[in-house]
Amino acid sequence: MAAAAEEALAPAGALGGLVRDFVAGHQDGPAAEVAADVKSGRCTVLQVVEALGSCLENPEPRTRGRGIQLLSQVLLQCHPLLLEKEVVHLTLFYENQLKDHHLVIPSVLQGLRALSMSDVLPPGLAVSVLKAIFQEVHVQSLTQMDRHTVYSIITNFMRTREEGPFVEELFEVTSCYFPVDFTPPPNDPHGIQREDLILSLRAVLASTPRFAEFLLPLLLEKVDSEMLSAKLDSLQTLNACCAVYGQKELKDYLPSLWTSIRREVFQTSSERVEAEGLAALHSLSACLSRSVLEADAEDLLDSFLSSILEDCRHHLCEPDMKLVWPSAKLLQAAAGASARACDRVTSTVIPLLLEQFNRHSQSSQRRTILEMLLGFLKLQQKWGNEDKDEIPLSSFKTPLCSLVSLALADPSTQLQLVGIRALTVLGAQPGLLSTQDLELAIDHLYRLSFLEEESQSCSLAAMEASGTLATLYPTVFISHLVPRLAEELHTGDTELASGEGPSYQARRLRCLQALSAVSTHASIVRETLPMLLQYLRHVHRGKNANSNEVIAVCRSLHLVAGQCQQEPESCWYFHQTAVPCLLALAVQASMPDKDLPNPGKLLLEEEVLAAMVSVISTASTHLSPELAAQSVALVVPLFLDGDVSFLSENSFPSKFLPFQNSSSEQKRLVALLMAFVCSLPKNVEIPQLDRLMQELLTLSCHHDRLFSCTAAAKCFAGLLNKHPAGQQLDEFLQKAMEKVETGLSPGPYRSQAFTLLLWVTKALVLRYHPLSSCLTERLMGLLSDAELGPAAADGFSLLMADCPDVLHRAGHAEIRIMFRQRFFTDSVPALVQGFHAAPQNVKPNYLKGLSHVLNSLPKPVLLPELPTLLSLLLEALSCTDSVVQLSTLSCLQPLLLDAPQVMSLHIDTLVTKFLNLSCSPSMAVRIAALQCIHALTRLPTPVLLPYKMQVIRALAKPLDDKKRLVRREAVTARGAWFLLGSPGS
Amino acid sequence: MVGASSGAGLGGLLENANPLIYQRSGERPITAGEEDDQVPDSIDDREIFDLIRSINDPEHPLTLEELNVVEQVRVKVNDKESTVAVEFTPTIPHCSMATLIGLSIKVKLIRSLPERFKMDVHITPGTHASEHAVNKQLADKERVAAALENSHLLEVVNQCLSARS
Repeated sequence: MAAAAEEALAPAGALGGLVRDFVAGHQDGPAAEVAADVKSGRCTVLQVVEALGSCLENPEPRTRGRGIQLLSQVLLQCHPLLLEKEVVHLTLFYENQLKDHHLVIPSVLQGLRALSMSDVLPPGLAVSVLKAIFQEVHVQSLTQMDRHTVYSIITNFMRTREEGPFVEELFEVTSCYFPVDFTPPPNDPHGIQREDLILSLRAVLASTPRFAEFLLPLLLEKVDSEMLSAKLDSLQTLNACCAVYGQKELKDYLPSLWTSIRREVFQTSSERVEAEGLAALHSLSACLSRSVLEADAEDLLDSFLSSILEDCRHHLCEPDMKLVWPSAKLLQAAAGASARACDRVTSTVIPLLLEQFNRHSQSSQRRTILEMLLGFLKLQQKWGNEDKDEIPLSSFKTPLCSLVSLALADPSTQLQLVGIRALTVLGAQPGLLSTQDLELAIDHLYRLSFLEEESQSCSLAAMEASGTLATLYPTVFISHLVPRLAEELHTGDTELASGEGPSYQARRLRCLQALSAVSTHASIVRETLPMLLQYLRHVHRGKNANSNEVIAVCRSLHLVAGQCQQEPESCWYFHQTAVPCLLALAVQASMPDKDLPNPGKLLLEEEVLAAMVSVISTASTHLSPELAAQSVALVVPLFLDGDVSFLSENSFPSKFLPFQNSSSEQKRLVALLMAFVCSLPKNVEIPQLDRLMQELLTLSCHHDRLFSCTAAAKCFAGLLNKHPAGQQLDEFLQKAMEKVETGLSPGPYRSQAFTLLLWVTKALVLRYHPLSSCLTERLMGLLSDAELGPAAADGFSLLMADCPDVLHRAGHAEIRIMFRQRFFTDSVPALVQGFHAAPQNVKPNYLKGLSHVLNSLPKPVLLPELPTLLSLLLEALSCTDSVVQLSTLSCLQPLLLDAPQVMSLHIDTLVTKFLNLSCSPSMAVRIAALQCIHALTRLPTPVLLPYKMQVIRALAKPLDDKKRLVRREAVTARGAWFLLGSPGS
Repeated sequence: MVGASSGAGLGGLLENANPLIYQRSGERPITAGEEDDQVPDSIDDREIFDLIRSINDPEHPLTLEELNVVEQVRVKVNDKESTVAVEFTPTIPHCSMATLIGLSIKVKLIRSLPERFKMDVHITPGTHASEHAVNKQLADKERVAAALENSHLLEVVNQCLSARS
């Protein structure tokens, strides 16, 4: 018994302590503790009130305020726990406190805000609270924070409750701030922005349909005013209102609203007003479409759209076409809101536009009309498919098709382009076009695809449209377009002997493009891929083969591979068909065949291999793990053991063993191995990995051509990057480091060893491997190497860049998003230190390495770090390397704007160096230097004045620079220097 | 030279309170040739027009381009012979700002063009009541130099040449 009593007292005692601490002190911590106690049930709200007891009656208003503040903070956290009875008592208590001293009011409002969020607040109390607030407090003279609290209370009530008799009062107290005109004071501790106020006021105003009769006239008045911001705010608020309004609220105001919106769009003074006007019209139309009609009510949507059509249609027909665009935009905004609105508008407008098209004969006018028509067709497409028996647009099909045909046959490229877009939209409407229509369309697209060079945009658009339509109608394209392209490829080819004119070649290239563009459906790929591969075989054996054509075939294959990626079956088909074929051709080319004509070696050229790498890589990244495993079990033995059995043509005069004592031609093909194994998903196991890695390492530091060594190093790095952490990875790394160290010692393989080091470092930096810092250090050490220093400096650029063929995201490489930032933080201090310690002749290498790192990061990330680099940057200004100069200038420019005081200390150096660099042979450096000279004018004027005449005189020279872009910067900079210290600036 | 008349216009009522406003031309698109280090770009009409189109009008918060006071067709440059001729059109025939506008154009060209250029700034024939007198003032080197010694005038010119914020 006694123990229980003690237990009950103990928390009360503790509570009393917390309350005293809070009320007396200036720390807010105890409030959180009390709230936690209430939440956990260790004490009740009632106990808190009791504990506050005397301090709520304290004569000192600050003390009372502090007491209420504590209670309010507890309520803000605990309002869901309150019972209805408690809410009633607390509400009455708080209403009473509204009469208290103004110092107390902010805390009272907070408490009421907490109560307004309670779900058990009895309905009548909301009215009573609002009444008390408006009676006792002059809301308009509260601080922003407190006004915001009042709005929150109102918004909370609006959400759930009837506010009955107070609609107009409430409206007045809130609407007097509309439209919000507020500029945040400097150093505002609350950080309230104008936009915050606009949005919260809008939330209140648009919270209930009951405000409609007061709000709509106000909005109309403000839209009609001269102030841009008032127009915008009113239109946006109207837009928000449409979400809660219905026919009833809008009915009386529709004519005026339409008149105002129409005026704003017709006499548009700003694009934003136009856009907001159109958005508001869209919402009005959506709101009317949504409203449920009473039996005897008029359908307001119909009459509203009728008045819009009435006011706009004649503009569509006027011969001078002055207001056609605004009219079309208004009609489209209204029509876009619902299926019903769309039907109503398009059924009137489409026939009208069809007629107008035929009435005008100039291409430019026809283009405008077709563009408008296109907008309405797209709307039909959006709304058309909703449970209708009839296919939308089918009644207009014949005139629409002939109109599009006219456009496609017109000599104007612009009209053709719109025609192509219209064709795509019509084609996308299921069931609309017949096979005959499509065949006719394909004839047009075929012709447009082969247009002359100057209408390239049109042929590209035609090919893209073929691709889009082919996904929907593959059989028509297979029967009608693919055979013609095949024939075209062939025809161009038979002319080879007689005329190898550029036009034939251009046509063949266009044909290859068209073939890849149309390969957007699995069934089409089965037709086109064999064709492309056959053509590749044919081309590289031909007498007059040239690498451009082989590369063009590879580009087409690459595009098709990309289009196959999303569909697993197509993806596998492509992989299974193309990869063995490409490998077979390459292996064939690498054979030491004396009879093989020279062009057969085409496939071994660096550029051609690069093109093949992207095909193989794209064909491998999206394979499922099972199929990838199946494929890797064939490809790896091909390279390790010369197992050629799976290749499409596999009788070769000698063995293919690129890693053994083979010819350098065979070794080049390691690039293709890389394209495949480095693109596979991470979880695919690679057979004989140990042996493969060993072979790659050996080849990477081989005496062979650099190309094969680099390919081997890249392949090794690509595999290393994805390999899971563990003993095997450590072993690979250890072997690689031994190889690097051996190679770097004086001898013939230093360059190869350096390349290996660079790629291995990149592989580890990307995945945040712990060893990466150690390798980076090794790389930095090479900056002072007499032979490898410059290459090491440029290596930093490779570390930071995205590679197109290996260690890239598409190939599933392990890449941490922030690796560049991390590398910057880890390596820059060491680079700076190295720079200071290095002998004079190698210092530029450090600066260049640093420049590459700085260049790879966005300026805002760098800005906080730059001051610590300042002394280095100032020294770098004297470096003769233009990469260093450019990166230094681009780092200094934001510093001048951001830290003018610090920079002022170096004014003499800065002026001299910048002026020198403004005469650099590199245009980019001259531009950057002049931008810095301009930025100098942000420094305090007294610092600059002694240099004014010198700078103005010196800048006379770049005013006559041979490059316009340089002159432009010189003009800006010189103009700004003239204004320094001069009256009126 | 224009000290007295400019004061009246600046402080008092606007002479032409509701001018017609013309659209600004966009930034000049950058061509591949302009980005090529090796290819020289000659100074052409558009380049000169870009120098003066953004000059602020002394009495409206608008640029000379927006008021159609300057137009690209009224700019003639010959880079080889180092000559520039600019015609400007005051918004109304009795505009007291005409000399001041001409002076601003002239100063902008002096500050922005290589010294080799000979500059001629004058009113579009037939568009201003005191066309001849204004042209004469603008052509007189010494009077232009003297005008820029006058700190009040310099202030107004500098305001016209400051970048709009």
